[in-house]
Order: sequence, then C-alpha cells, then structure tokens
Amino acid sequence: MDWLVVVLDFIGKQILNVPAYLVGIIVAIGLIALKKSAGQVIGGALKATLGFLILNAGAGVVVAALDPLGGLVLAVTGAEGVVPTNEVITAMAADQFGAASAYILAIGFVLMLVIARFTPLSYVFLTGHHMVFMAMMLAVLLSIGFGDQNLWLTVLVGAFLLAVMMVVMPAFAHPWTKRVTGNDTVAIGHFGTVGYIAAGAVGQAVGKHSKSTEDIKFPKGLSFLRDSMVATALSMVLIYLVFAIWGLIALGPDAYQYMPGSEDGGAFIMNALMQGLMFGVGVSIILYGVRTFLGELIPAFQGIAKKVVPGAKAALDVPIVFPYGQNAVLIGFISSFVGGLVMLLVLALWLGPAFGLALILPGMVPHFFTGGGAGVYGNATGGRRGAMLGGFVNGLLITILPAILYQVMASVGLSGSTFGDADFGWFGSLIGLSVQVDSTAVGAVLAIAIGVVLLVLAILWQVRVVDKGWVPGEEHQKFVDEQRAAAKEAEKAAVAAAKKTQA
Amino acid sequence: MKIIAVCGMGIGTSVLLKMNIDQALDNLGLEGDVEAADISSARGAAASADLVMTSAELVEQLGDIDTPVIVVDNFVDQAEVQEKLQQGLEL
Repeated sequence: MDWLVVVLDFIGKQILNVPAYLVGIIVAIGLIALKKSAGQVIGGALKATLGFLILNAGAGVVVAALDPLGGLVLAVTGAEGVVPTNEVITAMAADQFGAASAYILAIGFVLMLVIARFTPLSYVFLTGHHMVFMAMMLAVLLSIGFGDQNLWLTVLVGAFLLAVMMVVMPAFAHPWTKRVTGNDTVAIGHFGTVGYIAAGAVGQAVGKHSKSTEDIKFPKGLSFLRDSMVATALSMVLIYLVFAIWGLIALGPDAYQYMPGSEDGGAFIMNALMQGLMFGVGVSIILYGVRTFLGELIPAFQGIAKKVVPGAKAALDVPIVFPYGQNAVLIGFISSFVGGLVMLLVLALWLGPAFGLALILPGMVPHFFTGGGAGVYGNATGGRRGAMLGGFVNGLLITILPAILYQVMASVGLSGSTFGDADFGWFGSLIGLSVQVDSTAVGAVLAIAIGVVLLVLAILWQVRVVDKGWVPGEEHQKFVDEQRAAAKEAEKAAVAAAKKTQA
Repeated sequence: MKIIAVCGMGIGTSVLLKMNIDQALDNLGLEGDVEAADISSARGAAASADLVMTSAELVEQLGDIDTPVIVVDNFVDQAEVQEKLQQGLEL
C-alpha cells in the first residue's frame, strides 16, 4: 500500500498544503455544483488560484518593505524581543510537522462542512491562509503533546479542533459582523476574532453618542485621501520618515545599516521614502489579488452553499469589512499600534520580570489587518471613540496573547517567532497546556473536551442570540442615523438659502 | 458586453454588486462579463467597458469618463440592480 501513502502524501503536501490550490479546488467544486461549463470551471478555478498567488506576491512586497522599518524601530527605541509572524513560525515548523498539518487541514475542512451541515452553525470558513496556520499550530502542539508515535491521534484530534474553530469563531462574532455590514450576507472568518468582538463590545460601552468615523468630513483639498492607494502610501511614507529622521538623530551614521544600500544621510532618507512607497505598492497588489480571487470564490461558494450546505454563510478574511469603514481602518491601525506599545511597556516593566514572558514587539502587518478590523467593529457600535478604543484593546490583546503562547511553544522547543493573531494566542495556549499533562489519554480527552465546550457554547449562542436577531450597538446606530439626517436637512436648507439669494 | 462594478476598495460591496449583476443578466437572458473594481483602477478599467455601476458617493470621484455610469442605491437589492441595469442598457 506504499503507493497510496505516496499519493496521499503528495496531495496533502503539494496540493492541500497550498492555500492557492485549495481556493482553486473550492471554486471548481462550487462551479461544478452550479453546473457551469467546463471552460467556466477551469477559468474560474484558475483565476481564483492566480488571485490568491497575486495576494501572496503582494504580501511579499509588504513584508519586504516593513522589514527595514522593524530593524530601525528596534534600533532607535532599544526594544528587543519577538516579532510574531505567522508565516515565519509556519515555515519554521513545516519541516518537522508539515505532513501532520496537511492531514489535519484536509480532514478538518471536510469535518467543518459536516458540522456546518448538521448543526445550526452553518458557516463555511474560507480564509485559506488562516486554515493553514491553525492546522500547523495544532500539528505542532499535539504532535509534541501526544508524541510522534501517535500520528493518527494527532491528526484526528487536530482536525476536530480545526473544524470547531472554523465554525465557532464566525458564529461568536456574527452579531457584530451584522452591525458592521448592515446585512446578513457574509460572516467574518479570521483568527483575530476575539479582538473584533472586544472592539465591538468596547465601542458599545464608550461610544453611544460618538459620531461615525465615516462622517469625518475631510476638507475639499484633502479628498484625495479617500483613495485608498494614495492614503496608504502617504501615511506609510510619513511613518517611515519619522523613524528615519529619529534614527539619524539618535544613531548618526550607524543608522545607515538599517536601510540596505545607504551610503550617506541623503540616500538613507530616500531609501526610507522608497520603502514607504513600496508598502503602498504591496497593499495595492494585495487588494488586486483579493479582488480577483473573491470575485470567483464568493459566487462559486454559493454553489457549495446551495448544494452541499444549504443556507450556509461564507466566513471571509478580515479585509472584507474594510470597505464598511475606510477611515476606521486607519484609526484602528494606529490605535492598535499604540496599544501594542503600551502592552510592550507592561511586559518590559512588570509581566516580563515577574513571569518570564517574552517581549512582543508590535508587527505592522498584524496591527494593520487586525487593528484595522477592530477599528471597523469599534466604529460600528461606538463611532470614533469606539474605533479608537477598540483598536487600542485589540493592540493590547495581540501583544499579551502571543506572549503567553510564545511561553507555551518555547516550552515544547519552538522559539524565535510565534503566531500573531489573537485567537491563535488564547486557543493555542489552552490546547498546548492541556496536552502537556503526563498521560496522552488525559491530554487527548482534555483537548477534545475544549473543542466540545466551544461547540456547545457556539450552538447556544447561535440559537439563543444570533438567530433571535440581536444586533449590538442599536443606540449608536440611531444616533448616527439622526446625525446623518440632520446633516442632510442642513445641506438642503443651505441649498435653498443659496437659491433664494440668487433669485 | 463588459460591466464594471465599483466600490471604494473593490473587495466587499462591489463583489456583492457583481454577483447581483450576474444574476440580473441571467434573468434578462443576456451574456456579459462583470468585473469588480476599486475606485483607483475603475477609471482605467472603464475605458474598455460598456457600463459602470456604482454608488452615489463614488460617482463624483470617478470623474469624467466616456462610459455611461449608473448609480445603484442598495447593492444587495436584486430588484433595484436589475431595474437599473435595464435602464443602463436601454432595454
């Protein structure tokens, strides 16, 4: 039966381990379910795969542009520690745990469709890269907890936990997601969910009568900032230049090494400017990729939803909510970054020395994506104040949670980086601690029990809260609607007055 | 026939709009290629398209383009999308 193992191994490692192919396969299945022609199936699947690869290419450009900034910030602020990067930790673990994670991924995806089909939790999680990261984290923690000889126990428990996480997190976030989108068409499928729920709850608590970020009227001369390409590049150039100039003042010529290819101060500053622009380029490429593959994936998903899991909702990556609050994304990103710095300070001064936790440095990428998402959720329930404090709380969470997870992962021998998003932090710490008990059987039972508890809680939440139609932030929405109506009235009155004077 | 669906980022709402336009074309028995676009790339993409569909707030930012632009108030309202599409195609 060696050939079967080889084939399964090939499919697991070379096909199902590559998110781009996974997306292409899902699109193909969806289009086949929709009874499209062979040409449309091939075209759609290929376009989705290409879109995903474009996204990856853009992510590469963003990461390359952020890298020198990380070193420079480190040098001028003197902070040392770990920058949590999902891609890095996944790559580090792939050699040893890649096969286990591929099995977890493939079986977990099928199991998710089963749970979505037969429980009230009819969400289908489609964020390919987060599936891969979660499968890898579970493979690492369970393999070490259960030992290498228990591969199938690792795979089955891991697949169950992965499937559970993929349906329960969109369910928990769904009332807030409905407030953000204003309808019930998509769910959020991203393992930063705890941060978004926290932002939504904080927004509701602080921002009943805070104006929406989207009603911020930029002066006419600043309306060019509404173009996301322009705004992203400009803000990143400013951040880069601030740290470059700070670096020159604090370090003198020693700062040059942080911008490769800088021989003098002028080149150093211009390289910093170029890196800021390249960040904007990367984000534009990412958005183009997202657009290309979502344009194929979402319609195709409806094919699966209608046939395999009737009435299911697509749970999608966090940028899906960005268009609902473009100003909130920027505000959330900045305040999340500030939250990350504050928690870093707490780690450095208290938690680090007291409990031996690592210093978690703020990575721009997780702060941009999850902070931006938290800003949108905070704005939806609590306007400007909600976006600001929601982003801040998210920043605290994605610094303290990776610090705890790093501790757990380092204790099983994997150090250097860790997973950055909030849900990896709390879930990984829980699972990691429970499988580290001496008995494999007890560890497996504990891990499964955590999954079952989450599943039961989510089903109760779905039936008692989501399906009953509770949507948070009612009072804030009323306030925003009143504000907008008043603004419209005022505009009308102004136009009428202008007409009168003309006449 | 090529139709461009435009929103601010070209990710969320324009994909919804694209799906509804696809559905509307289907209902009308028409063949067409619908593409989602963001405000930055829409102007370029519009040059090769027959029709642009977007929201009221984004029309101004599109600026002067030769392609006819149709304003849709509610992207997820299938009936409105179909009605506006028919107007735009002068059916």
